[in-house]
Amino acid sequence: MNHSISLTVNGARRDFVLDDPRVTLLDLLRERLHLTGTKKGCDRGQCGACTILVDGKRINSCLALAISHDGADILTIEGIARGDQLHPVQAAFIAHDGFQCGFCTPGQIVSAIGMMREAQAGDDPERIRECMSGNLCRCGAYAGIVDAVLEAQAGMDETNQRRSA
Amino acid sequence: MKQFDYVRPGTITEAVAAAAQPGAVYLAAGTNLLDLMKGGVSRPDRLVDVTHLEGLDQIETLADGSLRIGALVRNADLAHDADFARSYPAVAEALLSGASAQLRNAATVGGNLLQRTRCAYFYDTASRCNKREPGSGCDASDGENRGHAVLGWSESCIATHPSDFCVPLVALDAIVEIEGRTGRREIALDELHRLPGDAPERESVLEPGDLIVAVRLPPAARGFAAHARYLKVRERTSYAFAVVSAAAALRIENGRIAEARLALGGVAAKPWRARAAEDVLRNVAPTADAFQEAAWRALADAKPSGDNAFKIELARRIVVRALLLAAAGTPARLPALPASPFASTSGAIHA
Repeated sequence: MNHSISLTVNGARRDFVLDDPRVTLLDLLRERLHLTGTKKGCDRGQCGACTILVDGKRINSCLALAISHDGADILTIEGIARGDQLHPVQAAFIAHDGFQCGFCTPGQIVSAIGMMREAQAGDDPERIRECMSGNLCRCGAYAGIVDAVLEAQAGMDETNQRRSA
Repeated sequence: MKQFDYVRPGTITEAVAAAAQPGAVYLAAGTNLLDLMKGGVSRPDRLVDVTHLEGLDQIETLADGSLRIGALVRNADLAHDADFARSYPAVAEALLSGASAQLRNAATVGGNLLQRTRCAYFYDTASRCNKREPGSGCDASDGENRGHAVLGWSESCIATHPSDFCVPLVALDAIVEIEGRTGRREIALDELHRLPGDAPERESVLEPGDLIVAVRLPPAARGFAAHARYLKVRERTSYAFAVVSAAAALRIENGRIAEARLALGGVAAKPWRARAAEDVLRNVAPTADAFQEAAWRALADAKPSGDNAFKIELARRIVVRALLLAAAGTPARLPALPASPFASTSGAIHA
């Protein structure tokens, strides 16, 4: 049986007909929309490489059935820069060597953006490590990742303060 | 993953009818179920998706002072609800010590209660497992079993229940509201999960079609807010299941314990309420000696199910430390590493 769903992906509405209910959001993004920035690492919810924002919150897209997310608003790594202008988290990852091979990086960056929206970590490096523990980096770039997140977060706090001033 | 039919009911009544069919299971976030389906451990014929049902995602205070948590409230939303964290701090700490931020954002209250064991032999379809395949045997009993149960286990199954959330909930007398084929009923959370006995495949008292719609904390549960902690020993300090955990909650009046609540995680096929330990803490001063006695009682019936005798002593020490931390008072801010005995801000002392 076919099922029709619609999603908003990086700001654009997309309609899909699913001929198989087993399709995950991860596979839908990669195979149907060719948005391959979201990575398939473990495919079992353990590594975080597939992290996306759904309705503003970071989740593992490998453990989310597309069919169950009819109507959801999705943001992927492809949707965070403004044209050629990098998102502040992207720029900070480059500035602080927050990656080596790069495979986990899209998940790390989207997860960091989700973490900042959750506003639970503050500027405590220990909290940031805890709040980012769902994203594994087998190159071990964790020190750079924490520095990048701290800097991006400080920059965004300043921006917000200027806006509200 | 085996092919399945997907059903999205419009009402709870439709959901119950659809899920009462043989081979049907409920789908909430799917953080545990989809993982099991990908591994061929769960092979349902039909998924009944309850995530679009109205009215199951509310946190509400009832007239009598109870708190009612809808089954579809996300773990993170509950833990970060300021009123909730203030009133039930050990529950919030337990929630935040579990899984990763991504999983907590997705996972639901109802799903957390019904998550399956993390026993590696249950997950490995090439192994014998009485829970996955009744009557096939238990490869955990002579396998890698240092993480397995020390309380309530049987020859047929030595698996543990992995939930953190359930541990303080059971200590606080949480009630589970269930919608079934014969209407609404409620049971104590302590009665939801079954010990394995000779039928480990039956993990709960739920009948086909039964849907958990809410979890309720009774009015008395608020009375422990000033002295409540959850402590969890893990192989690593974040994003890992408990080797042993304990929820301790005290009501202290005039320097004496008026009432104590204690439950353990990671030790049995269900969240383990330690009532005998609670009894010896009634109307005594909150001293290390009293807590040692309580810990001894909590583990009095424990016995190793394999290479895991260390868990019994570890559990005693975690019980003592959780009680000491609870007696010292709930911290104003949650520690940077929730529930960690090693957290720099936990104020923990060695028992």
